[in-house]
Amino acid sequence: MSKASGHMRTDLGKVRFRGAAGSGTAHFWQQRVTAVGIGLLAIPVLVIIVMLLGRNHAATVQILGAPLVAILMALFVIASAWHMKLGMQVIIEDYVHNEKLKLAAILANQFFSFAVGVVSLYAILKLTSGV
Amino acid sequence: MTSRIERPLSPHLQVYRWTLTMAMSVLHRATGAALYAGTILMAWGLLAAAAGPTGFATFKAFIGSWFGLLVLFGYTWALVYHLLSGIRHLIWDLGYGFGAQERFALSRLAAIGSVVLTLAIWVVGFAVGGVR
Repeated sequence: MSKASGHMRTDLGKVRFRGAAGSGTAHFWQQRVTAVGIGLLAIPVLVIIVMLLGRNHAATVQILGAPLVAILMALFVIASAWHMKLGMQVIIEDYVHNEKLKLAAILANQFFSFAVGVVSLYAILKLTSGV
Repeated sequence: MTSRIERPLSPHLQVYRWTLTMAMSVLHRATGAALYAGTILMAWGLLAAAAGPTGFATFKAFIGSWFGLLVLFGYTWALVYHLLSGIRHLIWDLGYGFGAQERFALSRLAAIGSVVLTLAIWVVGFAVGGVR
């Protein structure tokens, strides 16, 4: 029992529902994991973008459709969509105090982030199979 | 009923003198929000390439216009700034760099580095893309 700490809640009680957010440190941890992922992918993605500059459509499709490029871009898109969903959620929770508006904003954020991710992944997959 | 007790409140943001770390914290969030909106460009670009030559030409015309280039330049800086400032945050997450001097040095490195790297990327971009 945690009587010594002077709080009314037991150790089990504190852990059971994992804090005010109900999800413990999951949000914090996922933000860091995606941040490191994006950091690692930053240079390869930058190289890909520079490779694309000034290219016509055929050359662009050929570069983006290459297996390694497509895989790197897909990883970047997934990490980015996830990271930005988490980040925008923090901004919403900090500034939107009306509960209904907050719920609507959090849903909109979730949908927008997923839509950007899915649209980008669809395009990458289409490019790998030839336009 | 007891009357409301006037307890001292913690002062809010506006009473503090602005510091570099504080300004960079605000800027980290602001660039994050800007990058969020900017992902529409990334999705559009990929979708345009996948759609075919006509859609791709529309995207290229926008990106190549003065407004498109301005947006892209701003996007590059926001991305580089958020990345460098984010690395700074990861260093802090690991428990390093909290000293008065280190904190300032890390922040200055990220701020100056973001401008230098952005310019370098555009110089390389024009050098490579210009010849094609």
